[in-house]
Amino acid sequence: MLRLYMTVAAGGFRRHATYRMATAAGVFTNTVFGFILSYTYIALWDERPHLGGYDQADALAYVWIGQALLATCALMGGGFQEEVMERIRTGDIAVDLYRPADLQTWWFSDNLGRSAFHLLGRGVVPMTVGAIAFDITLPSRPSTWPAFLLAVALGSIVSFSIWYLVAMSAFWLLDGQGVAQVAWLGGLFFSGMLLPLNVFPGALGEVARVLPWASMLQVPADVYLEKYEGWGLLGAFAFQGCWAVVLLAAGRVAQTLATRKVVVQGG
Amino acid sequence: MTFSGAFGEAGSGALSGSFIELENVEKVFSVRRKAGLVRREKSEVRAVDGISFGVERGEMVGYIGPNGAGKSTTIKMLTGILTPSGGRLRVAGIDPSRERTRLAQRIGVVFGQRTTLWWDLPLKDSYRLMHRMYRIPDDRFAANLARCVELLELGELLDVPVRQLSLGQRMRGDIAAALLHDPDVLYLDEPTIGLDVVSKARVREFLRELNATRGTTVLLTTHDLTDIEQLCKRVMVIDHGRLMYDGALGGLHEAGESERLLVVDLERELPPIEVAGARFVRAEGPRQWLAFPSSASAAPVVAAVAAAYPLVDLSVREPDIEAVIAKMYGERELGARAGSP
Repeated sequence: MLRLYMTVAAGGFRRHATYRMATAAGVFTNTVFGFILSYTYIALWDERPHLGGYDQADALAYVWIGQALLATCALMGGGFQEEVMERIRTGDIAVDLYRPADLQTWWFSDNLGRSAFHLLGRGVVPMTVGAIAFDITLPSRPSTWPAFLLAVALGSIVSFSIWYLVAMSAFWLLDGQGVAQVAWLGGLFFSGMLLPLNVFPGALGEVARVLPWASMLQVPADVYLEKYEGWGLLGAFAFQGCWAVVLLAAGRVAQTLATRKVVVQGG
Repeated sequence: MTFSGAFGEAGSGALSGSFIELENVEKVFSVRRKAGLVRREKSEVRAVDGISFGVERGEMVGYIGPNGAGKSTTIKMLTGILTPSGGRLRVAGIDPSRERTRLAQRIGVVFGQRTTLWWDLPLKDSYRLMHRMYRIPDDRFAANLARCVELLELGELLDVPVRQLSLGQRMRGDIAAALLHDPDVLYLDEPTIGLDVVSKARVREFLRELNATRGTTVLLTTHDLTDIEQLCKRVMVIDHGRLMYDGALGGLHEAGESERLLVVDLERELPPIEVAGARFVRAEGPRQWLAFPSSASAAPVVAAVAAAYPLVDLSVREPDIEAVIAKMYGERELGARAGSP
C-alpha cells in the first residue's frame, strides 16, 4: 500500500508542477507581499525594538518564512481541501470512495506532494529574494536547516489535518464555503501570518500560541530563528506532533461518520 | 390493470447463487425540507423500493429507467459506497458495503459523467496509479494495458494530459482504467453519454469483445437504447425504485402492450376501415393507419383488409423500443396517480 500512496504523493507534486504560470504568479505575489510586510515590520520594529523577543533581522526573516510557507502550509487555504469539497458537492467523491484506498491517507499523500512542490516552487525564490533585499537572520548552525524542514513538514501535516476536517464538513453542509471562510480567517490570524504570535499580548497570546495554527508558521519560524535549544526543540516538535495526531484522529472520526451517512450527490 | 399483472413476476425472479444477487433491496433517503421559518419537515424518499434480481457470470445486462428511477443508487449499492436500508445484496459472494475494499478488487466501475483519471496529468500516470492501487502484478499490468491501448486506440493519448482529451477519448481512457485489474464485473453507468456516433460504436464494439473473450459480467445503465439493443440480450426496466420488467429485449414489446401500425394505401378516399383485430387510427386522403397488438400476427389483418378494400400498397411499421418504454413509464405514472399499485 505504501507504494500506492507514494505514487499518489508523486502525482500530487506533478499535478501542481504542471501549472507553471500559476506558480510564477504565486511567486510574484508572495514576493510583493513580502516587500510590503517587510517595510511595515521595519517601521514597527524601529518604533519598538525587540518586540516579542525578535530583533529587526529576526522579524524580517519571519516575514519571508511566512511568504515561503503561505502555499506550503496552506496558511490561507488554497490547498487540497477545495478540490475535495468540490468533489463532495458534485458527487465526484463517489469515485474516490469506491477505490480500494483510504480517503484520508489518499489526500494526505496528495497534500504531501502538493506541499513539497510549493516549498520548492513557491518557497525558495521569495526566501532568496528576501535574503538578498533585506538584512534577515540566517541560521548560525547548519543543523538548523534540517530541523527547520522537519518543523515545516509537521506544520504542513497539521495544516492538512485542519483542512481535512473543514473538507469533511461538506458532507453535511454540501456547501462548505462558510466553514472554509471561518477556517481561512482563523488560519490567517492564529498562524501568525499577520503578526508573529509572540507579539500578541496577554491571554490572547497565551491561547494563540497553543492553538494548532501555531504549528504552521510560528513554530517553524522559531526553529529557524534558533529560539529553541536542546529539549526545547524536541518540545516544539512534540507540540506539532500532538496536534497532528489529535486532528488526524478527529478527521478519521469525521470521515467514518460521513461515509456512513453518505449521500453522494447527483445521478 | 394488466400492466402490473404482466410485471408482477419480475420481483420474484432472483435466483439464489447468482453472481450478482439482490433480494428485496431498498434504499431510503430521508430528506429535510423547509416548512416555515425554522420548522423542518422530514420526509422519506424511497430511491430503491424492494428490488430483486440475479445476474449470472458472463451475462451482459441492460439496466434502464427514466431519470431518478433508482439506477445509479442501485449501482452505488453494488459498489458498496451506499449501504442498503433493507434487503440482501451480494456480488461474487461479497456483501459490498461491508467489504468494500475486498470487492473493489473484483469490480470495475465507469461513471460516464465522472472520471477516475487524474485530470491534470498524462493518461499513463493514472494507469500507473491503478497499477499500484490494485496491486496488479507487473506482467499482467503490462499485458492488460497493451490490450486496452490496442482495442481502445489509446496509443497516441497516453502522454496527453486528461484535461486535453475529448469526451470520447476520456471515456475510452476511463474504461481502460476500470479494466486493468481484470475485474469479474464491470458496472457501466451511462458509458456512451454525450459521445458521437463513431465513439459510441467503438465503445460498444469493445464491450462486446470484452464480454465475449473474457467472460466479464457487465451491468450497463443507459438512456441510449441502441446500447441495449446492440449489447444486451437481457434488459431490466426500473421506475420509481421498482423493477418493472426483467427479460429479453424483444419481450418488452409484448410486455409494454405496444402496437404495430399497418399503413394502407387505398385506390381512393374511403370511410375508416373496419376489420377484426385492428383499430382505425387516422386517415389522410386515400392513406389510412390501423393499429394492432405487437403480439398478434399481421397476416390475418392484412388478409382481411385486402379482401374487403381496394388496395394499392401496404406496409407494417414496428414500434420502436423507445416508444414502448416511454409508454411503460407513462402508464406507471398514470397508474400511480390513479392510486393503483
